[in-house]
Amino acid sequence: MATVSYKQATCTYKGAERPSVNALDLEIADGEFLVLVGPSGCGKSTSLRMLAGLEEVTGGSIHIGDREVTNLEPKDRDIAMVFQNYALYPHMTVAENMGFALKIAGIDKKQIRAKVEEAAKILDLTEYLDRKPKALSGGQRQRVAMGRAIVREPQVFLMDEPLSNLDAKLRVQTRTQIAGLQRRLGITTVYVTHDQVEAMTMGDRVAVLKDGLLQQVDTPRNMYDRPANVFVAGFIGSPAMNLIEVDLAEDGIRFGDAVVPVSREAREAAVAEGAKKVTLGVRPEHLKINSAEGLSKDSKGLAVSVDVVEELGSDAFVYGSVTIDGETKPLVVRVPGREVPEKGGVLHVVPTVGETHLFSTKSGERLHD
Amino acid sequence: MSASAAPDLTKPRQPPAGREGAIKRGLASRIVGRTGGGLAAIALVLIALFWLMPTFGLLVSSLRDPQEMSKSGWWKVLGRPSDLTFSNYDKLLDNKDMTRAFFNTIWITVPSTLLVILIGSLAAYAFAWLEFPGRDWLFLVVVGLLVVPVQVALIPISKLYGNTGLFGTILGVVLFHVAFGLPFAVFLLRNYFAGIPRDLLEAARMDGGTDLTIFFRVILPLGLPAIASLGIFQFLWVWNDMLIALIYADTESAPLTVALQSQSRAFGANIDVLAPGAFLSLIVPVIVFFSFQRYFVQGVMAGAVK
Repeated sequence: MATVSYKQATCTYKGAERPSVNALDLEIADGEFLVLVGPSGCGKSTSLRMLAGLEEVTGGSIHIGDREVTNLEPKDRDIAMVFQNYALYPHMTVAENMGFALKIAGIDKKQIRAKVEEAAKILDLTEYLDRKPKALSGGQRQRVAMGRAIVREPQVFLMDEPLSNLDAKLRVQTRTQIAGLQRRLGITTVYVTHDQVEAMTMGDRVAVLKDGLLQQVDTPRNMYDRPANVFVAGFIGSPAMNLIEVDLAEDGIRFGDAVVPVSREAREAAVAEGAKKVTLGVRPEHLKINSAEGLSKDSKGLAVSVDVVEELGSDAFVYGSVTIDGETKPLVVRVPGREVPEKGGVLHVVPTVGETHLFSTKSGERLHD
Repeated sequence: MSASAAPDLTKPRQPPAGREGAIKRGLASRIVGRTGGGLAAIALVLIALFWLMPTFGLLVSSLRDPQEMSKSGWWKVLGRPSDLTFSNYDKLLDNKDMTRAFFNTIWITVPSTLLVILIGSLAAYAFAWLEFPGRDWLFLVVVGLLVVPVQVALIPISKLYGNTGLFGTILGVVLFHVAFGLPFAVFLLRNYFAGIPRDLLEAARMDGGTDLTIFFRVILPLGLPAIASLGIFQFLWVWNDMLIALIYADTESAPLTVALQSQSRAFGANIDVLAPGAFLSLIVPVIVFFSFQRYFVQGVMAGAVK
């Protein structure tokens, strides 16, 4: 059990112009499940490998509990890692794979066997203990990789996209299992993924990285409700949040021919910046189709021409395009599954009041919350 | 397509797609197609038998009475198998020079092979997986040493051995073989080790392994196919070598190849010593080859990653 803290941790690869991880400040509480998420090349795996001791920390420091581990060997850090491709020892049986770390540590054979069997029971691997990895399915190999980490009873679990090699159905199933297992064991866990759904569903908190810079750390709920900047807004949520540039109006923002009221503080912040335009973020489910007797009688909102309709059963997503200042932009609207508009038709939409996000067009930062 | 779909009985049967292609194939491709069959197998067996003929002749000769040998060809005895005798082997085993030479060969070959494997694999691990300045340049130098022919080194090494007292000793011969076996060993093993997935080594590092544990517990077991082929190559080179032994070994330390060579005469070879000796000399590598063969397994890495 331990906390993990990155203090201005930086990693610059030899010959690289800019750091892969740039002055990362991150505090992870004891027993917390923290998910590092971001697009490929954002530095999330590097951050994890710095904590593992597989990547050199070129600036700042990393602490596990009260101990600084910045320059310690991986073996002296008391951490276990699950690799993306599992990295099982092909010449050892499942039991030997899981007990390898304990064997190196010189622990008594009987004790190793007991621990391995206990972990195997948790992971439903008991009948495969004497098999070699090549005789296992992908899901079973993944569980062996998990087992190898569990048997260690380390202070911190590190997981590097452990689900990305599983098929879609198994991935969803295993996702829940891993999250449940982590809660049960209560071991601090850092989990890397590029899949924002995994991040949102598994993490106690989520940290979004981009270009080696930490964008926001928060609970999934807050991340969804109050993204700190345009990047996080567009990254978290599926389908992504609609981000469009709109004009500021007297008491709100201009949305098509309608004026949508926004919080006074946000508007003031935009005005203080001297901006005439702001970036409006609105999630697909917060766009309402404006029928004849819509929100405002004299204005219809923004016209959307429907390009594609994705029906998911419970609801449907309308992928359309809108024209703002002569530019055509894509827009996604969620509609109830039973009232699906025709392809090629035109809808008028307005955002739900209070569910809009305003970002500075200049800096991309959120304007007030 | 038509082969996998359920047959439609209402339509006349079409030949399956594969057959149609076969009819259109040219003469050459049909011949190539045939060679996979029995004809090729028979041809291969005939060639193999033809190739084994001298060896078989050697075996038969070694089992004949020396007086008979000078009178008639070895195949004559095939009509009278009762004439075969082990007396040549008996005499060979009583011949102190020959048995000593045989054990010298073993004393030269086994250490030469084991040392090359041990040093070569440790060096290969370093070249493949350890970070140190000038690593790749050093590796290029080692690979460059592959082009140095043995003959170039004969005189300088002779001088060196003369000064150090290694001349005429088994150790001298062993050291020479090790030195010239290493560049190839490092080259072969380094490339094989470099193909082992990095994640496996990192996993072992996370599991608390030091470089030495990783080498012995992960790299060596996974490198067995490459190590086995290297072992066979090196064993054969050293076992069959005569040049090095002829130069650096004295009569006390001479291996079988040198001892046999000294038995051949310009007029009338003493075949009763040569035939069993030569056969003994060639049967050992065959045994080694077959006993190492089980390490040539496909897919040692299966199930490691993904």
